[in-house]
Amino acid sequence: MSDKAETYRITKEPFYQQQSNEVALYEAAYNAKLPVMVKGPTGCGKSRFVEYMAYKLSKPLITVACNEDMTASDLVGRYLLEANGTRWLDGPLATAARIGAICYLDEIVEARQDTTVVIHPLTDHRRQLPLDKKGELIQAHPDFQLVISYNPGYQSLMKDLKQSTKQRFVGFEFDYPAADLEASIIATETGVNLADAVRLVKVGAAARALKGHGLDEGISTRLLVYAATLIKAEVDPMDACRMALVRPITDDADIRITLDHAIDAVFGDA
Amino acid sequence: MAHPSDPAQLQTWRAQLACAFAAIDDVFADCMIDASTKLSAQGLDDFLEQARFLGKMGRGAEPVLIFLQEWPTIATLVGEDTLDAVMVAIKRINKSPNSKAIAPFLQSLAAVARRLPTPNQLQHYLDLSLQLMDRTSTSIHGIHKSYPSPGLAAFFETAPRLLDVLSLQGLANWVTYGMRNYAHHPEQQREFFSLQSADSRAVLQRERHGTLLMDHTRALDLTLRALWQMSDVLVPYATTFDVQRVPMPYFDADGMRLPDVYDARAGVSGLDRYRAALAHMAAHRRWSTAIFADNFSPAQRLAIECFEDARVEALALRQYPGLRRLFVALHPDPKDGACNPATHSCLRHRLAMLSRALLVPPPRFERPQLREWVQRFHALLAKGQSSTAEMASLALSYLGKTRLQSDQLPDTWFDDTEVDYRDDNRHLWRFHERPDDDENLDPPDQTPPEQDVPTLPPRHYPEWDYTSQTMRPDWVSLYERLHPSGNPADVDVLLAKHSALAKRLKRLLDLLKPQDKVRLRFQEDGSELDLDVAIRSLIDLKSGNLPDPRINMSHTTDGRSIATTLLLDLSESLNEQARGAQQTVLQLSQEAVSLLAWAVQQLGDPLAIAGFHSNTRHDVRYLHLKGFNEPWNDTVKARLAAMQAAYSTRMGATLRHAAHSLVRQNADKKLLLVLTDGQPADIDVKDDQLLIEDAKQAVRELDHQGIFTYCISLDASADAYVSTIFGQRYTVIDNIARLPEQLPRLFMALTR
Repeated sequence: MSDKAETYRITKEPFYQQQSNEVALYEAAYNAKLPVMVKGPTGCGKSRFVEYMAYKLSKPLITVACNEDMTASDLVGRYLLEANGTRWLDGPLATAARIGAICYLDEIVEARQDTTVVIHPLTDHRRQLPLDKKGELIQAHPDFQLVISYNPGYQSLMKDLKQSTKQRFVGFEFDYPAADLEASIIATETGVNLADAVRLVKVGAAARALKGHGLDEGISTRLLVYAATLIKAEVDPMDACRMALVRPITDDADIRITLDHAIDAVFGDA
Repeated sequence: MAHPSDPAQLQTWRAQLACAFAAIDDVFADCMIDASTKLSAQGLDDFLEQARFLGKMGRGAEPVLIFLQEWPTIATLVGEDTLDAVMVAIKRINKSPNSKAIAPFLQSLAAVARRLPTPNQLQHYLDLSLQLMDRTSTSIHGIHKSYPSPGLAAFFETAPRLLDVLSLQGLANWVTYGMRNYAHHPEQQREFFSLQSADSRAVLQRERHGTLLMDHTRALDLTLRALWQMSDVLVPYATTFDVQRVPMPYFDADGMRLPDVYDARAGVSGLDRYRAALAHMAAHRRWSTAIFADNFSPAQRLAIECFEDARVEALALRQYPGLRRLFVALHPDPKDGACNPATHSCLRHRLAMLSRALLVPPPRFERPQLREWVQRFHALLAKGQSSTAEMASLALSYLGKTRLQSDQLPDTWFDDTEVDYRDDNRHLWRFHERPDDDENLDPPDQTPPEQDVPTLPPRHYPEWDYTSQTMRPDWVSLYERLHPSGNPADVDVLLAKHSALAKRLKRLLDLLKPQDKVRLRFQEDGSELDLDVAIRSLIDLKSGNLPDPRINMSHTTDGRSIATTLLLDLSESLNEQARGAQQTVLQLSQEAVSLLAWAVQQLGDPLAIAGFHSNTRHDVRYLHLKGFNEPWNDTVKARLAAMQAAYSTRMGATLRHAAHSLVRQNADKKLLLVLTDGQPADIDVKDDQLLIEDAKQAVRELDHQGIFTYCISLDASADAYVSTIFGQRYTVIDNIARLPEQLPRLFMALTR
């Protein structure tokens, strides 16, 4: 069991810049074994935060990227057929409950609602996972914790969490960091000089102002980091921005020329 | 050659002119002095020769006078060689009944030549004018033109203004449009060619070069939002028709005003010029505070505005350094010493130099004084954002130090001092007292608001002109209104009459009804085991292959998603009795539509019904019978019961309007059914083909919007035109008596 835990352990410290007191709050939630929900727009650092906390608490981290085709057995486990019979294989949730890992269900709304219900017994006072097909009841390891992430921007009629699921978590609301903080994050993460990072953040702010006016989401910190990585690799900053910041997020010609102009305005004369 | 002012020489020339009009004597000497400096010896000879011809032409002194005054200038612009071409044109005009137009022609020729400076271009202009003359001069009997063209003189007068904003090709399009559409209305033709009619301006706007604000409103809105985090209404103001003064951009409580069009200038595209103007105004919004103007003289205000403009731009450039390229390219670069303080007031020139230096410090300051002010300005800004008040005190001391006596001179030097992307700074000033000349002094409007009109305001739709292959902008006015109501019981009676038919239809409808359950196979989790797949998986397993785990199946529902609009032709011809039936076409249509509406209600598809007829292009009526969200109830039945037929069939605009609401429906398939009994026609259109081609164009537009148009024609001889309009998508119902049965069947066949 312990060698399995080792494969999920994070060995190198991920860079995470605290925005306010979220690290302390998370530690408190972990100590109380409360399930945690992390909300926020795409690419604002939700996954990085969870990774960082797992490292800081030195607990293994099992990440599951949820998708529409995911079934309950993908989480819990299933029987495999073998030539001379069948064999049970634990799913990621069962594994995490056994070894005492942090189980991180990324973008949980993408999974179907009937799938999400299997986490319910793990997220209240019972802390158990029934494997009905196997007829086993796993009592969660004391170190086990469930974390889900969830992007309210996607919220549509079809994709929302059930109230009964929502009300089992304590929540962290994330947003893009403040401008100077975001610039320093980009500079630290990629090694690009601070002046360029500040300019990138300005382009990001311009795009975020268009959210709801033709853009579903603004430019994420992650995309800004990509752009900075390209700039660091000696790509012309304007080209890097067009490639990393504008082309991926929009097909709308008006938005594109607006953002291109914003890039010219910010990086021109540079 | 003798000196031009030599009386003997003048005598010779005067004799050569051989023309006894007294009016010429006054100006002859001056004209000849001018001509002899601008024309070659040969040119001068020809010049007098042709002037002589104009004098002998028998059209009075005016043509000669104008020719004598204008030709030398024109010759320097386009060359002396063009004289022949011009004279050919004049002779043509002279032979036609339009000789009165010769004077305006010559009068405006210099201004036109200035905009068309090659002989080739001028020749095109002359050809176009002659073509206009030929096409618009009318005759009543026989082949000889006997009535002058109403629009020709007006055209010559507007030509220079038109060429300011139109290319030669654009001018040709504009002229062709006028010739084609107003050939038979002398009054309207005159209005068109003198740029007074709305239509003429609309076509001008379409043909003009440059970047139109209307085309880029969204992009500029987004720019404002993205870069400046503010939003405001962008209002265009006309630049073409305001010849008195050129308005500047400005903003007030009602929005940001920008010119309706910008041409590319100084390597900056029209769109970028809009962006520069927006950036400047946005910077004012963000960083300027209004100050009281009462204690400042006009000169002081000018100086304060200059420093404040420079300050907000400097702050904007800190944020967006890339804007510098636009500002620098658009800002005038006045030359030191261009303005002579002995003759002109140089204040504006001095301030423009200062403004330029504040934006781009010159490599070498011609005057140390200028450098000092630039340094003081930057010193203030180095500490932070500074403020409007600080700029005001800096401006006042600047004015105190640099004042010249000549600033009071009445002649102000304007060249190179207009910064066209900057606004007029009206937001910068507050007034303790309201100025006397302010139009705001009018007492507030106290007339009670007008009563709500029961109809919606008209919507304007273009119409396709197949002869020129262009759209006539905003040509048709369409009024949408509710159809009056009658007695809903009448429709129930109609339905009862067709109850046997309804029963048969009902059986068909049941087949069409959404087949809710659809099997989803190859599911990993599902409600049932899919035996076929399960066995296959087991075989795979036994044979040592990886089995497919997707052995279950489940069910899902599958619905119809079709939105339909039914357009009823309610033109006069529907009142005729149908062939082989006791009823009128209108009554039969009424029954058919009632049945269809009932049938569609059974299916649960969204259906809208509207009728239309037209009484010239100014009054196309779109009568609302049933909306998409209205259920099939007594209100709708009442409207159907009251159906009336009148007027003509202008189909294109109606199709476009029906598409307007249909395209907003949230459905996979959009169907537009047109029920008509004849070809599109209207009393103000003489050419039968025109409205047919327009309807065809409208159908094509609807296709692009994803709307499937289908026509049900009750005209037995419809094949000739209906396939032109609708292609293969039409049915002709010969036996109109069977329409009530055919229409619902047709709908079902289409949507099966």
